[in-house]
Amino acid sequence: MNAFQIVVLGSDFLFALLLAAMAVGIVFAFRREHLRRTWRKVFAGRTAMVALVLLLVYLLVSVLDSLHYRPALDAQPGVNEMRRQYATEVFSLLDLALTRLRDSTEKSYSAPFAAYLYEKQMITEPDGSLRRDYPRLTHGAAHLADPNAERAGDIGLRALQGVVTGGLVWLALFLPFALIAGRKRGETLKQSCRAILRGETVLAWDAFAWALLLVCILVAVLAFLSGGYHVFGTDAIGNDVLYRTLKSMRTALLFGTLSTLVVLPLGIGLGLAAGYFGGWIDDLIQYLYTVISSIPYVLLIAAAALMMQLVIEQHSEIFNTVASRSDARLVSLCLIIGAISWTSLCRLLRAETLKLREQDYVQAARCFGVPSLRIMTRHILPNAFHIVLINLVLDFSALVLAEAVLSYVGVGVDPATQSFGVMINGARGELAREPVIWWSLTAAFIFMLALVLSANLFADAVREAFDPRARTLPRRRLLRSAAR
Amino acid sequence: MNTLLAVRQLSMQIETEQGVVHALDDVSFDLHAGETFALLGESGCGKSMTAFSLMRLLPTGGRIASGRIELEGQDLCGLSEAQMRHIRGGALAMIFQEPGTSLNAVLTVGQQIGEVLALHRGLKGAAARGEAVALMRQVGIPDPERRLDEYPFQFSGGMKQRVMIAMALAGEPRLLIADEPTTALDVTIQAQVLDVMAELQRTRRMAMMLITHDLGIVARMAHRIGVMYAGQLIEEAPRERFFSAPAHPYSRKLFDALPEAQRRHGRLASIPGSVPPLTMRFEGCRFAERCEQAWLRCKAEVPAWHSPAPGQRVRCHLFDPAETRRATTSFADAEQHIETVQPAAQNGLLEVAGLKVHFPIRRGVFQRTVGHVKAVDGVDLRLDAGRTLALVGESGCGKTTAGKAILWLIEPTEGVVKLDGADLVALNGASLRAMRTRMQMVFQDPFGSLNPRLRVSEIIEEGMRSLGVGGSDAARRQEVAAIMAQVGLRSEMADRYPHEFSGGQRQRIAIARALAVKPQLIICDEPTSALDVSVQAQILNLLKSLQAELGLAYLFITHNIAVVEFLAHEVAVMYLGRIVERGPVEQVLQQPRHPYTQALLAAVPRANLAAEQGARAEPNHVKGDMPSPSKPPQGCHFHPRCPHAMDICRQTYPDSKIVDNARVVRCHWVSD
Repeated sequence: MNAFQIVVLGSDFLFALLLAAMAVGIVFAFRREHLRRTWRKVFAGRTAMVALVLLLVYLLVSVLDSLHYRPALDAQPGVNEMRRQYATEVFSLLDLALTRLRDSTEKSYSAPFAAYLYEKQMITEPDGSLRRDYPRLTHGAAHLADPNAERAGDIGLRALQGVVTGGLVWLALFLPFALIAGRKRGETLKQSCRAILRGETVLAWDAFAWALLLVCILVAVLAFLSGGYHVFGTDAIGNDVLYRTLKSMRTALLFGTLSTLVVLPLGIGLGLAAGYFGGWIDDLIQYLYTVISSIPYVLLIAAAALMMQLVIEQHSEIFNTVASRSDARLVSLCLIIGAISWTSLCRLLRAETLKLREQDYVQAARCFGVPSLRIMTRHILPNAFHIVLINLVLDFSALVLAEAVLSYVGVGVDPATQSFGVMINGARGELAREPVIWWSLTAAFIFMLALVLSANLFADAVREAFDPRARTLPRRRLLRSAAR
Repeated sequence: MNTLLAVRQLSMQIETEQGVVHALDDVSFDLHAGETFALLGESGCGKSMTAFSLMRLLPTGGRIASGRIELEGQDLCGLSEAQMRHIRGGALAMIFQEPGTSLNAVLTVGQQIGEVLALHRGLKGAAARGEAVALMRQVGIPDPERRLDEYPFQFSGGMKQRVMIAMALAGEPRLLIADEPTTALDVTIQAQVLDVMAELQRTRRMAMMLITHDLGIVARMAHRIGVMYAGQLIEEAPRERFFSAPAHPYSRKLFDALPEAQRRHGRLASIPGSVPPLTMRFEGCRFAERCEQAWLRCKAEVPAWHSPAPGQRVRCHLFDPAETRRATTSFADAEQHIETVQPAAQNGLLEVAGLKVHFPIRRGVFQRTVGHVKAVDGVDLRLDAGRTLALVGESGCGKTTAGKAILWLIEPTEGVVKLDGADLVALNGASLRAMRTRMQMVFQDPFGSLNPRLRVSEIIEEGMRSLGVGGSDAARRQEVAAIMAQVGLRSEMADRYPHEFSGGQRQRIAIARALAVKPQLIICDEPTSALDVSVQAQILNLLKSLQAELGLAYLFITHNIAVVEFLAHEVAVMYLGRIVERGPVEQVLQQPRHPYTQALLAAVPRANLAAEQGARAEPNHVKGDMPSPSKPPQGCHFHPRCPHAMDICRQTYPDSKIVDNARVVRCHWVSD
């Protein structure tokens, strides 16, 4: 019998579905010459590559955080193996990796790198007398005898260890890649390393490599530091803020992506149908999306979230753990947002279809008696797909931000779910305190900014490459590679 | 003659993603006051770039690499942008190809002319208005006082181009650059605009640089001609000399590629290949790759200028005095005779009777139908197997709509379409799809008619798959290869995407796609109007030989009379949704009876000096614009523009009359 039980939450399943669809899309794009060409244009830009590295880090963390299990409770000897009990709490692989961080809870607030709590408390001295002072933290800087004297040196040492380890990890990742890439072109390892790092490749692998180095070092430094300190401090109930931010990544990413599962079929299907068939079908779809887009979305979401709450409570046999309940709320929220945000994609696709429908190749296909569905999927959709893609990547960052706003307003995810919005909502009270507690908000801000900024930069690169109207000035990189 | 503009060794480069494009290389020519200099050449040869360089309106990434542009002794390349703004619209003015997009839609015509007057001549208020009215009158816009306050959308295409000319003239330019000024206009309107331009040039003693690809316009307008090829000027000659003895092999090929009545039974000369990309560097003559007379020297050495006759100079080794022996070897006219199959019986493959397509005009909240655009209003046609029927008319006359209605792409409002005796109106669903294997369409724009996301083999196979022609996959693939060979495409091209092909090759793919389902009738909707003359010749040759081989019938929709003369057996002339004259091509084109046909033929510029001089002697070009098909005039649709209009013409539409045995004309004026 296993020491754990695999748990697949609803969002895990949908996330896996999405990743599989993405993989299929990548394979498909790789086989199609014109798509490959455009994607190469995306990855020829340095900013896009740096953004890609950051997005991949977020993706990796989210994937680790989406593999859930329930550990077995300590088996009593003699108890029937078949009736082993599993914990009611659900953990993910990320939790496993961050066990130390998760378990190192303090009593209350503590500042980043602090050795003492943020507030004075009554301390019982060994001699039994009571003293009101800042108590030592149980985990933060607990290994230091005299924190004030030793702390700076210890932090420096740990950071240095982190830099070295990060560099080594990077080398371990980079060298095999350079070797394989060099072998394909018949270069030695040295030549291939030089070509990549100096940016002589057509795709901006140099940016990728340097960004990866930066990320490796950052992660390693964080890892070493968090071994002894609370790098971003702790929150009201003493949880490590770094741990909370890392757990929030998955929520943000899920929010940005899961709604596409609703947006894509609705937006594409209705958009194409409205544009291609015209007439009363067009009228109907237009009325539908005009109505939906004129309802204030916070109102709609609040109503739907409350309804979902009711459903969850009435079916406690299905949603039997805290995790599954908060997960159901997260998924339903994503789907609701999807159900109201397909309208913009639909509108754009309808307009494009109206234009493409009159193209001669569509007329020619009609001449051959090709059925409508086939014309739409074979002739219109591939030629309008850049709109879908651009719309999706541009929407991503807006959705991540929407999550924060909704949680702040109070109609967002379950309070048990870690998310940037919940953290920001909590920070409302912290900012009003004196002295101010700034680290929760700062951590959420930094991590969210990194995600949204890289998503936006990547979206820009995608739009520039795919939008036929975007006039690109000649890029030096391309000119250089053409000159060679 | 005093030299107004001297261009010396002008080179222009554009930096693009594909590398540096040498758009112009060592271009030198002179322009004199009071003369029209025509720049002739195919697309991508640098004609427009020459004009833009003169005005210094360079595209993004473009720069003038070397050379001088001297306007009355002043070097324009040395001027600052501020000084150049003064020259533009002042001494130099330009009119563009597309009149619809060159005018600002939210300003009145008067404001736009006034802006130029204020900038370049300091005229304001009443003086400016008076001048604007005078200018509008000069370019032949009726009722200028009223029309000055109208917006561009209230003007027709030809009138907009006149406004553009008036704007260009407002700065009193000494040189007017006209970049394909009439390409977007219909022939009858083109003739009017060309007349206006010639007249203005004569009265104002202005120099004019006319950029065109049409030898007919050159013959009508130009005094001197410069031929451009791949960014270079390759020949320069006075008009008479150019039309009697063009020197450069490329110029000669341009003449030979023209479809004309005399060449009906042969193939047109075509130039193999296409214009080389200007990103490459050239070792020898730029035309050597496509030239039949090229020899080793042409590939190795850049030809210098030679002068075979006074005033004529040519950049070709053939005219090097050291190579006299070669120059004398004239072109052996390798005309091949194409056997045209005469149909055994007049079996009437396609019969169209009373075809009507009316589009409802809807207004208001409830989309009430308030009227109809009568795009096609009672068309009768008859086409036998293996023959070509040309449907001729100006844009908006309904010829394309008629073609699409015959194919059932647009549902006709009324009428009978019979293919091989079977009435298409009675068919539906499966039987209509079965009928689709028997007639197909080839579209006008080779760039819009192929799905850019599909491979060539997929494009050609699509119809076969959909209509169940060609059996198994393997058999179908073989069939595709055979068809590609038939239209002159190599079989390894099957896996490529359309963007890798030139316009001519794309049109071949489109023809292959239509042929794949083995049709008996192909409706060709202006298949060559987007192509250059030499490529047009290739496609026309292909269509003709396919007809001879497969016995295809073509319904050829076009506005190009020369193509009709070359390809068609019968011709039907359409005006405002109705056919006004129909008959054998020789009769209709030699002795047109309907006044509209006469006007249309008179308006077509001919690449033939004798014909053009005749036309110049008596410019009887038809006046006015084509009325809107939503409100056709009472009686005969043509009567407002007809020189022979009588009272009865204003009251009733004439019935069909059969004249000269085989011809049908609808006109009161024509007597039996």
